[in-house]
This record gives sequence, C-alpha cells and structure tokens, in this order.
Amino acid sequence: MLFIKERPGENVVVRGARVLDPAEGIDATLDVRIDGGTIAAIGEGLDTNEHRVVDGQGLVLTPAFVDPHVHLRTPGREDEETIASGTAAAAAGGYCAILAMPNTDPVVDSAATLGALVETARREAQVAVGFLAAISRGQRGEELTEMAELADAGAVAFSDDGVPVASAGLMRRALQYSSFAGRKLALHCEERSLSRDGHVHEGTVAAELGFTGYPSVAESVMVERDLALAAYEGQPIHLLHLSSAESVTALRRARAAGIAATAEVTPHHLVLTDEAVRSLDANLKMNPPLRSEDDRAALIEALRDGSIECIATDHAPHALHEKDVPFEAAPFGVTGLETAFAVLYTHIVKPGVLPLETVIERMSAGAARVYGLERPRVAVGTRANLALLDLDAEWEVDAQAFRSRSRNSWLLGAQLTGQVAMTIAGGAVAFER
Amino acid sequence: MNTIRLVRDDLRPPGPAPRRHLISIADLTRDDVQRLLGTARTFESALDREVKKLPTLKGRLVVNLFYESSTRTSSSFELAAKRLSADTLTLKSAGSSVDKGESLKDTALTLGAYDPDVIVIRHPQIGAPQLVARVTEAHIVNAGDGKNQHPTQALLDVYTIQQQLGRLEGLHVAIVGDVLHSRVARSLLQVFELVGVHCKLVGPPALLPRGMKAEMTTDIDAIRDADVVYVLRMQQERMQAGANYVPSLREYAERWGVTPERLRPGQKVMHPGPMNRGVEIDPRVADSVDALVETQVRSGLVVRMAVLYDVLTGGPVGVRALAAAEVA
Repeated sequence: MLFIKERPGENVVVRGARVLDPAEGIDATLDVRIDGGTIAAIGEGLDTNEHRVVDGQGLVLTPAFVDPHVHLRTPGREDEETIASGTAAAAAGGYCAILAMPNTDPVVDSAATLGALVETARREAQVAVGFLAAISRGQRGEELTEMAELADAGAVAFSDDGVPVASAGLMRRALQYSSFAGRKLALHCEERSLSRDGHVHEGTVAAELGFTGYPSVAESVMVERDLALAAYEGQPIHLLHLSSAESVTALRRARAAGIAATAEVTPHHLVLTDEAVRSLDANLKMNPPLRSEDDRAALIEALRDGSIECIATDHAPHALHEKDVPFEAAPFGVTGLETAFAVLYTHIVKPGVLPLETVIERMSAGAARVYGLERPRVAVGTRANLALLDLDAEWEVDAQAFRSRSRNSWLLGAQLTGQVAMTIAGGAVAFER
Repeated sequence: MNTIRLVRDDLRPPGPAPRRHLISIADLTRDDVQRLLGTARTFESALDREVKKLPTLKGRLVVNLFYESSTRTSSSFELAAKRLSADTLTLKSAGSSVDKGESLKDTALTLGAYDPDVIVIRHPQIGAPQLVARVTEAHIVNAGDGKNQHPTQALLDVYTIQQQLGRLEGLHVAIVGDVLHSRVARSLLQVFELVGVHCKLVGPPALLPRGMKAEMTTDIDAIRDADVVYVLRMQQERMQAGANYVPSLREYAERWGVTPERLRPGQKVMHPGPMNRGVEIDPRVADSVDALVETQVRSGLVVRMAVLYDVLTGGPVGVRALAAAEVA
C-alpha cells in the first residue's frame, strides 16, 4: 500500500548514538549496522565492514516517523507541492512514510487517478507514500466511490478530508461498504451548519476581533454522530485532526465502550491556542481552527494516555499569493512536515509536558498502527527506517530552506530546539543535513 | 478660547516622523485618546472661522481606498483631508481594477507607487489595513475592516459624548442591537475602557458574541439606567441567508427596537448610521432632540482631521494649527 522510488539499500553504520525505540524497549548508547538497507546488527563496538560510518555521538537514533495526514496537492496544484517535493520535505522532517489525502483536483475517487499517482510515486517518492481515496465521488457527499476497486489499486483508507460527509445515511453506507473493501474510514468531523463561514474558534478572541466563530461543538457533534454510527455498524473509524475537549471526551467514552475508534492530533493544536490568531497571520488559519487552552490541555492529556494514538501534521501547502491576503480571504491550512519534530521537542518535550518516548511513539508507531502499516523499528532484520535526531541543535526556521514547494508555515522566523540530522527511509539515506 | 500665538517654526509642514497608523483602538493609550480629542476640539474652533481651510497638510496626499459602500465615512475623510489642504484621491472598488480581480496587495502596491502620505482604507475583511501597512510606506488609517474595528467612529463617538455631556469618566452607555456584526461596538468597547465609560451590551441572544468580555443582557429594559443609548444598525448585509439570528425584523423591532416608551426623558441616543428607521430605532426617537446622530456626523469631520493630523505629525496640534489658520 506504500510506494517509493526504488533505490539500492545502503551500507551504513551509525556509531555511538543513543538508540531509542520505546516499542522495542531499547534506550541505550549503541551502534547500528545496516547491510544493504536492512538492519543487520545492533550492539556495542560493531565492525564497520567498510560501510559508511555516521558519527551518532550526542545524537538520538529512533524509528523514523510516519505522518498519517499530508496534502501533496498532486494532481492539480503541482505549483504548491508534488510527490517529489512533499516526500523530500517529509524526509527532512524525519519521516519514512506519509499518507496523502485525496482532496486534489481531480479528487482521487477512481482507480485511474489513483493508478497515475502510484506510478508517479514509484518514480519520485523519496520516502514511502500511501494514498487515501475519497469516500464519495468528487467528495460531493452523494455517491460512494468504487471502494473495492480503489483498495485493489492501492488505497490505504478512505476519506473525504477537507469536507465532512454531511449525510448520516451516506456515512452509514460508507461504513458498511468499506468493511467489505477492507479499508478504514478517516473522518473529517465538521457540522457545516454550525461552522459556516467560521474562520476562528468561537471564543473571546473571535468575539473581540470580530471573526465569525467556528465553535468546537461543530466538531464534537459530528464526532458523536460518527462514533454512534461506527458502534451501530461495528466498524472501525479514524478521526482526523481532533481539536476540542468535547471530542476527546466522546472519543474516550467510545473507546471505553469497545468501539474501534482512533484519532490524531496536529502539532499546532498541541502547541498553540486561538490567542495566536490575534496576530492576524494567515499562516495560523487552518481547519479545524486553533482552540482554547482547555482544549489544548485535553488534547495533550489524550495523547499522553493514548486515547489519541498519533500525531499528524495535516501538512497543507498553499501558494504564497493565496495566503498573502487578509485572514478571512486566505485558504485553510499550514505546512508542517519539516518542523513537526522540532516544534514538539521545543514546546512539549523540553518543558517536560510529555516525555520524548511518548512523542516518538505517537509520531511513528501510533500512525502505523492506525492504518495497519508496518511499524518502523530499530530491530535486526527489518528494513532501515530511522531518524537521527540532534536534540541540542538550535535553529531558526527559514522560508528559503524548505524542501516543500510552499512556505505557509506558522513558524517562519521561529527559534526551535531539536533537529533532524539524518533520515534513512526504505534502507537508503533520504535526507542528511 | 486660547490665545493665538504666531510661531514661525510651527508653520513648516510636519517633518519626517516614524510611521504612525490608526488601525485599532487597542493600539492607543488613554493619553493618545485625550490628545486626539483635544486636537479635534482645536480644529472645531478653527472651523468656526469664515475661511475653514487650514494649510496644515498642504502638499500631502491622502488616498481613500474604499472596498465597501460608505457615505458618511468616505465623505467625512475626504472633506477632513481637504479642510487640511491635502490632496485627495478617492478609489472605490466598483469601477476600479478590483473589479478585474486585482488583489488587495497589488492595488496597495500600485497606489503606494504614488507615495501617498496616508492611505485611508475600508475593507470587508479583518486585517486588510495591516496588509496595506506592510506593503506600502504610507500611514494607514482604518476606516473599517470587516467586523473588527472602526476606530475613527469610536473616537468621534466619545468626542460627541464629551461635548454633549461634558464628561466621559463614570458615564453609562448601553449599546443595543447587532453587536455580533458590529465593528463599531468592538472599537467602542475598547475606547470606553480607556476613558472610563461603563458599557453594557443589549441584544438578541445570537447577536451577542459568545466569549465577549463585557456585561451582556438580552433585556431591553436594561437601557433605562444608561446616560447614553447607542443603537446599532441591523447589518443584514453581513448576515448569511438562513442563519436565523432573529426570527424576523418585525419581531426584532418589537422586542429590541429603541422606542420613546423604552427611554427615559433626557436620555441621549446615538447611532453610527445608516439607520433602519422602524427596525432598530423608532422614527420618533431618531428625530427627537435627544438624538445626536447629526452631531456625530459633524464630530466625524473634526475627529478625522485630528486623526490625519496626528498620524502625520505625531504630536498635539496645540497652537500650531490655529497659528496656521491665522496666516491662511
């Protein structure tokens, strides 16, 4: 289900890094040897076998990250991102695998469109890329896509991300049929009659600035509906980019009742609140919007206890001129692949909000688990998918340095701590600084 | 009236100063507001003269860029600039290249090429003035951005209240109506806080913004203990069809319309215009002696003169403008 440009596996020894794989129970200073792209040995004082030696002293070697939610804008807006540029950005962010959403132009709703993407990915993808296909044709919320054929053509899952499935009846049919197709639904939960024309979380900031509010209940009523339908049909669902405390409460209740519901959260919802919007920076406009401090705290708590299984960037590239307009006129979405780890390390790990192990687990194994993908591991015999992290690096986010074709990051000019020094994806070095 | 002294230095056009804007009341201090009101008073006394034009901003270019329809604000800014002898250029979105899909940024860059000293901008979207400030060298005056701010309206309103009631500190104002869509209410709340006016918001539940840090009530009788009742226009153009903020304008008028019966004798009534007579304001109230609507318009002229002067010079007008008036 994942596609990558085939390259010969490399011979590398990472010497003396702190090797950290929470799921494997490893946290020790060790050498890791990769023979022909496969991890061949983990231990102390390994022979280099004339491999390339990477000095890992002072660095942390972890499983590379998996981003379950990325917009690659291909087909249709290759000026904003391509599979080549998006996967290069992912590599620079420490990712070995990303999943692309189908809200492109045209929408990925047919095997032909998906097939063309798969071919492109096999030619261009610097890290493994998987594709979600649409739930409904054209994401119009009227007719189901041919899910069985799309699954055969390589669809990882189904989503109308960007727009909610407004009709409960269609959602039910999608749950029924997706089980036959053997793929999960990933749901963008938004009740449009409540969020209509909303740009900013409904709260004090929107009230004071005069923005039309996008209330948190617009998300949570749809989360409740979809959880109820998932329970009724006995089908698993994945909730995209959760933003509100009420949604978290509903998710916890459903999981406790045995519903197979998973969820993701973005770095910006973990780090920012709607207060940031006072700057009127259009690079702080995204859907769902930044919410209150209470919401942020609930999301962090859910990530800590595993109710939210993974971190997703919702990397959403936009052309410069489309964001260089007043806030209300700007499209929703911000980039995130190249800054996710650093911003989480700076604002979540370093201040002691969550341990590094938890963040690594949620950025890597968590996302793989949600979609049934093979988990990146530091384990002998597995294909090397590793990130080498420099936790002491201090750096400034520079728009010119992005591998992404877009630069609509809310972190332009920000000082961050922690940097990806090298990414090995699919057995080959995909990025090094 | 103050003694008028003629000081040669004061006759020079204002020199280069750090760029000053008036984008939000939130950017002002209490001292700034007092200074602006003082400058407006000075200009008002100058307007009593037979020759009303002051040479103060001679050679300056004030561009009025209006992306929303406006009668009083655009005419008021244009006349304010002309009374100060500035050159003016007024662009409205209809009939300009905005019609051809030109972005705000490109329009601002184009106008910026004429080196305007001030750009007065009205725009339906929040933050448009900040964008223009970013891409031009001009001083920016916000004449209304979406539902966010309308700072000169708020300043002219406190000016009007001070002139009519003799003070600001400790007064009570009730703002009635469509607060949700009102940039005037948002600027007023901030300026009232600065000058010590107590304020409460009265209106239908869905038109009182959730999360607003202010005293809010749906009870129209709450206006009775206010010194000033400030009536907001029902902004039907900003309400999406089918949003059902109120069941009907008829029911709104019935429950929240400001009528003589709901007022105490002597209570002053203000409205930023344009009025929907018979909806938010009873025509008998609109035409009563206690309605200050035309006074607000007159205040608008001198307050906008003061704002243009202030952003360009960064200081109190004091004797300067009057001295200039003397030689004019």
